[in-house]
Amino acid sequence: MKTVEMPKMGDTMEEGKILRWLKKEGDTVKKGESLAEVETDKVNIEIEAFSSGVLRKILVPEGESAPIGAEIALIGSADEPLPASAGAADAVVPARAASATTTAANRASSTSAPARSAVATQPAPPASTNGQGRIFISPIARRLAEAHQLDYAQIRGTGPNGRIIKMDIEAALAQQITAPAAPAPVPMPTAPASAAPATMESEEVIEIPLTSMRRTIAKRLSQSMQMAPHFYVTSVIDTGKLALLRQQINEYAANEPEPIKVSFNDLIIKAVARALVRMPQVNVSFAEDRIIQKKQVNVGMAVALETGLIVPVIKHADQRSVLDIAREARRLAEAARTGKLKPDDLSGGTFTVSNLGMFDVESFTAVINPPESAILAVGSITPTPVVEGGQVVVRDRMKVTLSSDHRALDGAIAARFLQEVKHQLEEPFGLLL
Amino acid sequence: MRTMTYRDALREGIREEMLRDERVFIMGEDIAGYGGTYAVTKGLFEEFGEKRVRDTPLAEEVITGTAIGAALGGLRPILELMTINFSLLASDLIINSAAKFRYMFGGQPQVPLVIRMPGGGGAQRGAQHSQMLESLYAHIPGLKVVAPATPYDVKGMIKAAVRDPNPVIFIEHELLYNIKGEVPDEGVEYTVPLERGDIKREGSDITIITFSRMLHVVLQAAEELAKSGIEAEVIDLRSIRPIDIDLITDSVKKTNRVVIAEEGWKYYGTGQGLAALIYEHAFDYMDAPIQHVNSADVPMPYSKVLERAALPAKDDVINAVKAIVPEALVRR
Repeated sequence: MKTVEMPKMGDTMEEGKILRWLKKEGDTVKKGESLAEVETDKVNIEIEAFSSGVLRKILVPEGESAPIGAEIALIGSADEPLPASAGAADAVVPARAASATTTAANRASSTSAPARSAVATQPAPPASTNGQGRIFISPIARRLAEAHQLDYAQIRGTGPNGRIIKMDIEAALAQQITAPAAPAPVPMPTAPASAAPATMESEEVIEIPLTSMRRTIAKRLSQSMQMAPHFYVTSVIDTGKLALLRQQINEYAANEPEPIKVSFNDLIIKAVARALVRMPQVNVSFAEDRIIQKKQVNVGMAVALETGLIVPVIKHADQRSVLDIAREARRLAEAARTGKLKPDDLSGGTFTVSNLGMFDVESFTAVINPPESAILAVGSITPTPVVEGGQVVVRDRMKVTLSSDHRALDGAIAARFLQEVKHQLEEPFGLLL
Repeated sequence: MRTMTYRDALREGIREEMLRDERVFIMGEDIAGYGGTYAVTKGLFEEFGEKRVRDTPLAEEVITGTAIGAALGGLRPILELMTINFSLLASDLIINSAAKFRYMFGGQPQVPLVIRMPGGGGAQRGAQHSQMLESLYAHIPGLKVVAPATPYDVKGMIKAAVRDPNPVIFIEHELLYNIKGEVPDEGVEYTVPLERGDIKREGSDITIITFSRMLHVVLQAAEELAKSGIEAEVIDLRSIRPIDIDLITDSVKKTNRVVIAEEGWKYYGTGQGLAALIYEHAFDYMDAPIQHVNSADVPMPYSKVLERAALPAKDDVINAVKAIVPEALVRR
């Protein structure tokens, strides 16, 4: 009998909710076939069977959640006896203690994912105790946890004997702030309906329980504001030439085999990417004892969904043409809208652009999306009276505000970066070169 | 810069000091006409004559006592003992006389003596002639103990050792004499300080501390580890006593993980001593216990195959590193 476990399918995933079983008890299952549709904090995913056989028992019914690693179903041969505990009502209760000791037993545990930050853990499972209630933690890990006021009792350690090591704390800190950040831009219609927890209503108030997405956003953004000293630099950008260029691009692109319309945001993303290449010191993450400069320029674009905020990432934005960025942005926005974003679409960002221009917002400040060090908040393009050559003329102007993490960036760097972005947008021909 | 062997660089250092200061002379078994068992002093007899290049009888205790006496008398002897194994015969003189006279007699006498000898094994010299033993002398207050691993270091450090007013135990290695390295051009005067370690390779994932011949094994291991994405910082101690604990602590604060790789035995050796010091100075920065790489805890076998099995090799270093570097880091 093989157990089907809730897989970890994303950096920040702690548990999954079974939306729909695609197979019934008694159905034959082939390895690779989809078994169930699962909702995580960000996306809906189909989990597939890793073995062939008959789906003998469903342990977690539709609508219920299970944490990573918990048993959710059993696959075996038709006449195999079910294990005694299979029918037990508390099979849904995560085998947390068991998985904690198993992890303790082998250092390179199955939860080790490729990305560094993904290795550790979900804050929920209990500590790596050795049965006597002691938590094993290395000196540097404890120091780091205390410096960040992180309660390490909830962390599963990946060191020997379940020891919590530096990497586990770093991952836990990154995980607390890996969900999408920043206010909502580019509005999109509703995300696919997911079974929301029951709302409570009384005379005075309506209580809306938190979805996992909301919870993640709350945790991450609080952490971001707490840990990173934000400072803000605003610049006003003349968008006259940019609008003209966009018009010309779209005239051209209308005749492409796959026609595409380039938005202002697409151009802004390209400008930002070019600026990041010129100023790599903005393309960084702050770690406890060093600054990590990223070699890739992956620009996240904040997307508003009904259920919350999500930031898909345009990878290698510096290397993509404007048309390519536009196509990728369309694809990601569509995927976000239909809940089809893959975890890979959401990870690896090195900078974020958040645009509220379409809401007639003059300017705003955004919260940095950790582990990034800066975010650009884009306002609306407004015809503005300005003085030129002693005359008052009307120019289209757009305010952008850069929020920067002062641990990694100083005022002069932020200002120079913004200057570079402004230059890229005001002499936009460079975006095509 | 020139490429030179360790042996030639060492000889050049000795020669330069003999030219610079006429109180400097060398003595040892077969060092004059024969040029030394390992050819280190070759040519020096012809250049400086028998007053300053003295063959001695095969009697370690006596010749060490003589060297100490010469030092007390105002000369600057460089005594060659054929190997550190034979120094055991002179251990009373080294430990109880050379190390202690300046202290015991109120600082009046100085013992500016350099005792040069190769340590370590790997050339099938058998159990009695393959020991490192540096930790024996490193235990004794009053001595300096150094173990240079490169031609640049050995020349700079022999010059510094001769100029140092303290007794210096200068440990070479039979298998280091032929290794080549970059040394400044002839005529360029330089010394290497005796109390300082040296970062021979920078890295941020783990600190590997080593000395003498093992440095080269460790550097090979580091190159291979780099292919797995592990960047090791390699510290060449150079000086065993005193140990450059500040250099080490700075590195540990950066990497949080330590491997100490040495040729000597594990128990009560330099590695264990240094580990205790590291825990003392950098406990809060440790992410894992310190790993040790040593020779097998046996008298060195004579058999070529067994000797190779007993000595620590590149893979032992790599395994020690991987034992404490988390897997997730490795997959980068």
